Amino acid sequence: MTMQQTEAATEAAAETMTGAEMVVRALVDQGVTHLFGYPGGAVLPIYDALFHEPRLQHILVRHEQGATHAAEGYARSTGKPGVVLVTSGPGATNAITGIVDALMDSIPLVVITGQVPTHLIGSDAFQEADTVGITRSCTKHNYLVKRAEDLPRVLHEAFHIATSGRPGPVVIDIPKDVQFSRAVYEGPETVKPLHAYSPRIQGDANRIRDAVELIAAAKRPIFYSGGGVINAGPEASKRLREFAALTGAPVTSTLMGLGAFPSSDPAWLGMVGMHGAYEANHAMHDCDVMVCIGARFDDRVTGRLDAFSPGSKKIHIDIDPSSINKNVRVEVGIVGDAGNILGDMITAWKGQARRDAAVLAPWWKQIEHWRARKGFAYRNSDSIIKPQYAIERLYALTRDRDVYITTEVGQHQMWAAQFFHFDEPNRWMTSGGLGTMGYGLPAAVGVQLAHPSSLVIDIAGEASVQMTMQEISTAVQYELPIKIFILNNEWMGMVRQWQQLLHGERYSHSYSESLPDFVKLAEAYGGVGIRADTPGELDAKILEMINTPRPVIFDCRVEKAENCLPMIPSGKAHNEMILAEDAADIGSVIDEAGRKLV
Amino acid sequence: MNQTIPASTDQPGSAYFMDHAEEAAHRATFAVVVDNEPGVLHRVVGLFAARGYNIESLTVAETDRRAHTSRITIVTSGTNEILDQIRAQLGKMVSAREVHDVTRDPLGIERELALVKVRGSGPERVEALRVSDIFRAKVVDTTHESFVFEVTGAPTKIDKFIDLMRPLGLVELSRTGVLSINRGAAE
Repeated sequence: MTMQQTEAATEAAAETMTGAEMVVRALVDQGVTHLFGYPGGAVLPIYDALFHEPRLQHILVRHEQGATHAAEGYARSTGKPGVVLVTSGPGATNAITGIVDALMDSIPLVVITGQVPTHLIGSDAFQEADTVGITRSCTKHNYLVKRAEDLPRVLHEAFHIATSGRPGPVVIDIPKDVQFSRAVYEGPETVKPLHAYSPRIQGDANRIRDAVELIAAAKRPIFYSGGGVINAGPEASKRLREFAALTGAPVTSTLMGLGAFPSSDPAWLGMVGMHGAYEANHAMHDCDVMVCIGARFDDRVTGRLDAFSPGSKKIHIDIDPSSINKNVRVEVGIVGDAGNILGDMITAWKGQARRDAAVLAPWWKQIEHWRARKGFAYRNSDSIIKPQYAIERLYALTRDRDVYITTEVGQHQMWAAQFFHFDEPNRWMTSGGLGTMGYGLPAAVGVQLAHPSSLVIDIAGEASVQMTMQEISTAVQYELPIKIFILNNEWMGMVRQWQQLLHGERYSHSYSESLPDFVKLAEAYGGVGIRADTPGELDAKILEMINTPRPVIFDCRVEKAENCLPMIPSGKAHNEMILAEDAADIGSVIDEAGRKLV
Repeated sequence: MNQTIPASTDQPGSAYFMDHAEEAAHRATFAVVVDNEPGVLHRVVGLFAARGYNIESLTVAETDRRAHTSRITIVTSGTNEILDQIRAQLGKMVSAREVHDVTRDPLGIERELALVKVRGSGPERVEALRVSDIFRAKVVDTTHESFVFEVTGAPTKIDKFIDLMRPLGLVELSRTGVLSINRGAAE
């Protein structure tokens, strides 16, 4: 054997490769099949390595924010991590909004950013930004990798951190010289993690027993589930259904939790919170035992904190110990995986003497009374499309389809949550915590990529959708037949609503004086544009949209002044919810303190 | 609908008005063992800044070279609720290995070192030296008109020493911030 041959043999055994090759190899070893990105100077070596890798499909977005939202949509609809690859400086800063969005909504992302070469760091080099500094507070963890030797460990650890415990975004910043330099690659099985990170999965057995005893003794129980149940996987949703059925308790959920419990189930109360169901909010207020699973007592859910469910004992199941007792004090806090703990609770419940279902009869009678108020009622019209009606028709006409919904943020988002119904988890992608206008269109791109033959609809507003409109170009390029269903009322509807109700009808800068012709815009991008102006033509136009196997922008002209109701006014309690018929004087109901809230 | 909706209490309620007034804030010391890597101190300080917690003092140094760990000791203040939240937030950091709640742990020991410069002459100078002796402070520098004392002890002892030195001509002060460890054989 010659010297060169020996070297080559050793190299093959130890798998020496460049940092850029390691990135690509690690993604493949982690089972990644799709990544969303945009090339630039500081990531060119990685793009070069991608050029030779048929196992990874790279989706070229039009703006890095689009890449992060697309990765979120991909992650949320599959349960797998979303992967993003962007360049240094502006590439990284453009990605920030999506990174924060993923942090707030606990979405697993691995974001790889290029960085200027190590010897230039700190010199204000071209396209240099302090990416790890900027992203430290908006990631679950982040890394600046200064040596290629560290890359295998960092890459594999990043996937572990992003996907385990409370999921979240992880940023890996890789200087260009590190991408070029060679080191030994290690796979996910052999690599040794640096951090002692190991989130608690199993719930405490004693507390689970306490919780089950509380639920068994309850006369007015309620389940309040959140995005954590969806993050815990499909099995957790099944167990939620099983446990709710065993206990006979009603179920509500947060915006992020929609789909974990089927809306077709009679025990389903609808969404809780500011624009949630009347019956859900009243039941939360009047319950005697609240079982919160994978939700975090967000201010959109609780309303006025000191009047939040005053008479109940609360059980809180969360994988993040810092969520427990953060906003609301609870009697029993259980840290661990929602699916695991629900499984243990089911076992404990079955081991106990079961409750007589008749005990809950008065509670259900009360709930039926609230249901009879029909909190989502609205006045329909023969001449103008009401936004609620548009969503109702969209739901009715897509019911037997394999459908995934994304949304932007605002009134349309709340109407979608109220009038579109879900029976399965991972079907509903929305920006809950951060409330990012512009989330839905790129998220739909990510969802469609993961589910090529499904019907993916972004329920949008005309203001939100323009924030990331450019990604329709991505959809056209990759032949992703997403449907952008715009409820076009020419206003930033939620802003207009608050100005009407809280600011004396002074509509400061919330009207879009100049809107594009969305039909022509769709055509300009190479998609299909459809417009509906009247209720009479709506069904036929929606069917036309569904049957168009290409990206569609649907300009649904709706009532301009419609308000999103019912509503818990700022600073008020769940049982102070305003219904549509009371809404005229909503401004007088909100006090000075409430006016200062968001 | 023009009637005013009755509020259940007079206190304005919302996540933004969480009123902890009924419970007094108190001082607490946390010791955090972290992986010694670039940016780890920024993570801790950033967490406190982002969530609006106080930092009264902070010390940090590598404590185990082989394990690449550092110990960060932070003195903060808050209600029990906030202190629980600080502890949970610190524990959530991927770089954190251990979080010790030193103040609420009966085995916790807290110590601090201060350098105190006192300028004066005559009876005040004599008194300063006498007080320093009571506190077992060391004189680390002296001139005809000044002393620099080195004093160690619990933070309250240092506070007391400073109070006594102030009328005796205290002109400059430097404190390390609190260090902590647990009593007993256990690590």
